[in-house]
Amino acid sequence: MRVWLPEAITTTAPAIDRLFYVVLWITGVVFVLVQATLLGFLVRYRQRAGRRASYIHGNTLVEIVWTIIPALILIVLTFHSQQVWSQIRGTPPPADLQLEITAEQFAWNIRYPGPDGVLNTPDDITTINQLHLPLQQTVLIHLKSKDVIHSFFVPQFRMKLDAVPGLTGRLWVSTTKAGNFEIACAELCGLGHYRMRGFVTVESPEAFQQWLRTSASQ
Amino acid sequence: MHATPLRTPGEPDPPPSLHHPITPSQSFVRTYIFATDHKTIGIQFLFTSLFMLLFGGLLAMLIRWQLGWPGRPLAFMETIAPNGFPGGIMVPEYYNMLFTMHGSIMIFFAVIPLLVGVFGNYLIPLKIGAPDMAFPRLNMISYWLLPPAIAIVCSGFFLQGGAAASGWTAYAPLSTTLGPGQVCWIVGIIVLGASSIMGAINYVTTVINLRAPGMHFFRLPLSIWALFITAIITLMATPVLASALILLLLDTTVHTSFFLPAGLVIDGVLQPNSGGQVLLWQHLFWFYSHPAVYIMILPAMGITSEILPVFSRKPLFGYHSMVYAIMAIAGLGFMVWAHHMFASGMNPTLGTSFMVSTMVIAVPSAIKTFNWLGTLWRGSIRFTTPMCHALAFVAMFVIGGLTGIFAAATPVDLYIHDTYFIVGHLHYVLFGGSLFGIFAGITFWFPKMFGRLMSERLGKLHFVLTFILFNVVMFPMFILGIAGMPRRIYDYTQYAHLAHVGGINRMMSVAAFCLGATQLLFMSNFFWSLFRGKKAGDNPWQANTLEWSTSSPPPHGNFPHTPTVYHGPYEYSVPNRKDDWLPQHVKV
Repeated sequence: MRVWLPEAITTTAPAIDRLFYVVLWITGVVFVLVQATLLGFLVRYRQRAGRRASYIHGNTLVEIVWTIIPALILIVLTFHSQQVWSQIRGTPPPADLQLEITAEQFAWNIRYPGPDGVLNTPDDITTINQLHLPLQQTVLIHLKSKDVIHSFFVPQFRMKLDAVPGLTGRLWVSTTKAGNFEIACAELCGLGHYRMRGFVTVESPEAFQQWLRTSASQ
Repeated sequence: MHATPLRTPGEPDPPPSLHHPITPSQSFVRTYIFATDHKTIGIQFLFTSLFMLLFGGLLAMLIRWQLGWPGRPLAFMETIAPNGFPGGIMVPEYYNMLFTMHGSIMIFFAVIPLLVGVFGNYLIPLKIGAPDMAFPRLNMISYWLLPPAIAIVCSGFFLQGGAAASGWTAYAPLSTTLGPGQVCWIVGIIVLGASSIMGAINYVTTVINLRAPGMHFFRLPLSIWALFITAIITLMATPVLASALILLLLDTTVHTSFFLPAGLVIDGVLQPNSGGQVLLWQHLFWFYSHPAVYIMILPAMGITSEILPVFSRKPLFGYHSMVYAIMAIAGLGFMVWAHHMFASGMNPTLGTSFMVSTMVIAVPSAIKTFNWLGTLWRGSIRFTTPMCHALAFVAMFVIGGLTGIFAAATPVDLYIHDTYFIVGHLHYVLFGGSLFGIFAGITFWFPKMFGRLMSERLGKLHFVLTFILFNVVMFPMFILGIAGMPRRIYDYTQYAHLAHVGGINRMMSVAAFCLGATQLLFMSNFFWSLFRGKKAGDNPWQANTLEWSTSSPPPHGNFPHTPTVYHGPYEYSVPNRKDDWLPQHVKV
């Protein structure tokens, strides 16, 4: 299996991947040009008998050109990034489901609305480390922490958000593919940080409802 | 605003017999231990921080052992650290401690003291034509705060619960929940901050007030510009870190609530705090620590800008734009700190503004790179050891800078933040950049410091191996990060998406061990040359700047006569001259 970007399974992940490849292409081209120029100069202008270095202090026009070109590229990149950023971190779209994740050393406590469909009522359903998501529905996650900072990271979502004690983070996902994935804690949270792993199950809305009912009866 | 030399103009210059590093009037203790001579202090910084570089490197070897072969026993470590390695197997707490101490030691006790402490102290007076620093005693104190700072931070290794283990960033609340080792870390870094501030006051004052006649600001060598501006950054940023650390210390020891909100439940116990803000620590910490990145790269840029002209025998391309680029980087460096916090949950709009400032700071970095290339263009390049390291700096800094653009693009950062991509990025900046700059600087000024040349053969061998192995260790980190491997993870093998990265990690670990072993070449070259190297003479590289106009090593007071400066620092290959260099103090 190749070691590269994991599969992308949310509606926003492809936009992030596209931006990643745009940056990869731009930096890749700059990288090759700069290193090739460097190598070329090292070979061409190595010390040779009878040749003296040129007495040149600089060139204003060249300075202006190589200031403006990178600036233009970076401006374009900034606008492109901002488009994607406001899509993923701006006002979330209307949610089909809201749930709350409270991180603690070293587990993810996940709270779903019970039969009344409203979060933070007595009939809420809670699980530990088991995040089930209905496929193709927009899920708004309220992210909290009990003790220290943790970070909710699902590589296939291309999404990471710190769970900060005292604050409620907000992120939304809308999945495009069913399957089993993992939550990794991405912010050092103590000796059990490495084993603070959660499990994500993306399944059809029917299967999700079924699972929720079974979890409620337990 | 020219120099006020310590000797008054009418006074005769001291006799040439003073061409000796030791002034007979001073005792051994005042000459070598509690020294006030900036050169001795620079060399004290050199030995201390090289030792810490070695120690920090050894910690990295243990980290690579665990990453290459998670959980494989290391028998000898059980004798050294029985609590960290029961049965020879590393425990997670010990791993957390290792990367915390590796980062802290490398940043605070190796790279910053090497660049600022060593080169700042050694070079500033020599390169501006001053007999010493403006405040020699302050300078002495600034060095003598370093060993206690190291001792306090490292004493954690011998305490119950071990040394600090909350990362070099010490994020609250985790850092407030750990044992005495963490408290030692906080106190030690405060002491180090005091040392940095004293050094910075001294550098700024010296550069402004003690320049030799004719040494206008725009005749200063680039290394001095870089160290001068670095000192200004240090002066503005370090007090913020010191204040933040004091608040953190209070939160940890007397349970104040600067960074701790209400309702924290730690180890099942509801904490009494209320009203604190967790993100405040990150803002204060990065307000120092992002400028600190520039503290760790600007002097290396200065060294590179110094060495490229010497060995291209050509003036530095775009001297003025190089100076303005340093200023721009320093200024903008204070406006980008929260790009470390795109995933922290801070307001996304704030993320936008910090993305913009971060993109802007890439421009002066690009200008510098192009000017280095311009310096090589139509030069006559000599591949000495310092030149090889300086060229490696340029090549590796490009990778460090370009990979920073991934992290600057906020949506991409949400994915790569806290993964090995960032670990790769920071090592390309701090090892590929700062450390190659340090190697360049040491090999370049060693003849001036000790009067002997380092071995070119050993030096080149060390360079080639370091350059190749560094890339074999660090480049795959980008790939691992793209594959989603989080940093600071004791055992990554449990994650399904990381089931296939074991092979790459083992390869990196083997290369890392070889990279570590390669540094023995540098050490043996250093010590062999110290005693057996060829005599250097005053100006072995045929360079222009003032330090090469005096003897190697320079006498106490540096210059027999206060030099007068007539030219900029990079007048190489001036037409219609026999020599291809024109020293700053030589009148044409």
